[in-house]
Amino acid sequence: MSKPVELTIDGKKVTAKEGETILEAARRNGLYIPALCYLEGVSSFGGCRVCVVELKGSPRVFASCVTPVTGGMEVVTDSEKLRRYRRWAVELLLAERPHVCSVCVANGSCELQQLATELGVDHLRVDREWTDYEVDLTHERFAYDPNRCILCTRCIRVCDEVEGVHTLDLMLRGKNSKVIFDLDENWGFSRSCTSCGKCSASCPVGALYVKGKPLSEVKKKDLVSFIMERRSEK
Amino acid sequence: MKPDELRSLAQKESELRKSYRYRINVCCSSGCMPFGSLKVLSAFKDAVREFGVEEECYVARTGCVGTCSLAPAVLVEPGDYLYQNVTPEKAREIVKEHIVGGRPVKSMLYGNEAFFKKQLRIVLRNAGKIDPLRIEDYIAVGGYYALLKALTRMTPQGVIEEVALSGLKGRGGAGFLTGLKWRYVARAPGSPKYVIANLDEGDPGVFANRTLAEADPHAILEGMAIAAYAVGSQKGYIYVRSEYPLAVQTLKKAIEAARSMGVLGDNIFETSFSFDVELRLGAGAFVAGEETAILASIEGRRAMPRPRPPYPAQSGLWGKPTLINNVETLANVPVILLKGSEWFSSIGSKNCTGTKCFSLTGKVNNPGLIEVPMGITLREVVFDIGGGVAPGRRFKAVQVGGPSGGFLPEQLLDLPIDYESLTKAGAIMGSGGIVVLDDTSCMVDTAKFFTEFCVDESCGKCTPCRAGLYKLYKVLDGFTRGEGSVEDFSKVEELCEFIKEASLCGLGQTAPNPTLTTLRYFRDEYIAHLVEKRCPAGKCFGNSGGGGVE
Repeated sequence: MSKPVELTIDGKKVTAKEGETILEAARRNGLYIPALCYLEGVSSFGGCRVCVVELKGSPRVFASCVTPVTGGMEVVTDSEKLRRYRRWAVELLLAERPHVCSVCVANGSCELQQLATELGVDHLRVDREWTDYEVDLTHERFAYDPNRCILCTRCIRVCDEVEGVHTLDLMLRGKNSKVIFDLDENWGFSRSCTSCGKCSASCPVGALYVKGKPLSEVKKKDLVSFIMERRSEK
Repeated sequence: MKPDELRSLAQKESELRKSYRYRINVCCSSGCMPFGSLKVLSAFKDAVREFGVEEECYVARTGCVGTCSLAPAVLVEPGDYLYQNVTPEKAREIVKEHIVGGRPVKSMLYGNEAFFKKQLRIVLRNAGKIDPLRIEDYIAVGGYYALLKALTRMTPQGVIEEVALSGLKGRGGAGFLTGLKWRYVARAPGSPKYVIANLDEGDPGVFANRTLAEADPHAILEGMAIAAYAVGSQKGYIYVRSEYPLAVQTLKKAIEAARSMGVLGDNIFETSFSFDVELRLGAGAFVAGEETAILASIEGRRAMPRPRPPYPAQSGLWGKPTLINNVETLANVPVILLKGSEWFSSIGSKNCTGTKCFSLTGKVNNPGLIEVPMGITLREVVFDIGGGVAPGRRFKAVQVGGPSGGFLPEQLLDLPIDYESLTKAGAIMGSGGIVVLDDTSCMVDTAKFFTEFCVDESCGKCTPCRAGLYKLYKVLDGFTRGEGSVEDFSKVEELCEFIKEASLCGLGQTAPNPTLTTLRYFRDEYIAHLVEKRCPAGKCFGNSGGGGVE
């Protein structure tokens, strides 16, 4: 499993473990690739398409969080095309549901907001949607606002793979996809939820959050990777 | 079943078939059934009894001959006399005149020879000529001989080589070399291995796979068994849409018949090879036809595609090596083994051998299911086989490849049909849908329609497809009302490029094709909507249509 693989990322020679993804290899070597639905410690999803990279010799782009490294691979993480694609991804996510930073708990600690700043998204080229999902406040400690959800499924994966409960999953398809609790129960009535809070801790935006506090006040270190690290250390 | 038993059964059945002077094949597939073909079938049986010709005339319930506009269609052998729009009354007359009197009823015959002239039927070799519910019918025309040959006279390696040499490519749309795929699965470490036949044909207006399953289910089963032998699998699944109830029923009965005949099950033909097939029904998602989504669905999860690699050949069902082939691909295999790869590769064009089934629909005079050699031009398909558009109408465009296929204009009609040429022109082979549009269709409206379909069918996993396609739809929707400006074109094209390039699976990667090709080939119509605020075809701007207001 751990046979070393040599590849170059932006011209820099790096060594990766066999079976590792491009994103993991880049991060371990201190190289930055923007990403959103990726979360260290849980399986990769490959949905947001922010972490796209180019591979020399291929006209396509690849989501680096799900593309395994191979020997001799030449990865390009920054180009005019990639910046254009990432901008579209972030713009579309911002336009998909009503993201209004000024009234959001995540304002200032939001990964989508940070990405938008980083990529220079100062306006949207497409019309915004004003979805009208009911905010679920039935849980005593947590709240869920589907209008802010970007469908990255981090919460689903954390609940399933780390907490081992699988309270959360997706309902419906396409733009109507929605993260639900159990069989679309209100959160407070979910019988499987252990109220562990990992879902809200892993939410990159303000869709799942701790009631009564702005996200900046909630201690939000890399909870999941911390747990996974402690578990593997034993 | 022992090899000799197959041979003697085939001989007995084909002699039985020959003992009848006439054979009346009544199409009872989902195209003809709603038009009362079952009543026609029993009318034929009654009439044959009434006139006392039961000994010399056999009435068979068969699958589709391809001429769906003639429903119910009836084919009388010998001579392949094709009767159209047969009613129970007409059935009696056909028996009286044709069978008893020996004079085909000319007034009821389908006079259009051109529909069949340029077709070549390999996959649909038995469609409309055998009873799909009688395995004996299939065996009588040489069925399961290819499996017997593979199991008794060929090594798995030899089978793969033969298929590879034939040049057969995947008929599901991507056009990957079948032999190569088989080789990957055969070489992949791990066991058990699985074979999946993809019959999740979700495209609107496409019915080739359904027709195949309804008309000749054993061709699919035999192809699967051969594939399983070649790659070393003992278990197969047919993934079929639950919206195809007749195909599901037919396949179910075919599997039962094959099991009781011993061509599925343990130690087939007294060899060490065992193979069994199960049906798995889809729950109505278009994207479930994507190969990694099929895997998720069969495993009982949400049908969402996942990134490749790992390819299903390495890690498929439950992480095991899995071969996924379209049913049309599999139905080619028995013929290739019997007639040889050389024969197969002589058909079609150089880089694209064999035939392809197309569902020909839209504003064309002879809609239906056709099978043509690769390399035939679109013009031949639309005008020679399809008979062109209605009198007084002008051909405008043809969409090739299902809802995410591009629209090609008149000047590209001489394009040969093969994977490369179509992709270059902005269309795709896809599942084999050909939709013909005449001058009553608005290209902007049509692009919007197909984009809407893809919006509804996106699984919601990746941003470009889920959020991007919806935005594209909204812009196109605005265009049909004259909202927007020509400056928006470059934005639309840029968005399309992002969706095409950055989407995870084939759905998103091809969904912008209708928009891109209409923008490329029919830009004047877009300009008419946005600048002149009128629809040349009179479709948009309310019901009466802006085009009508002069």
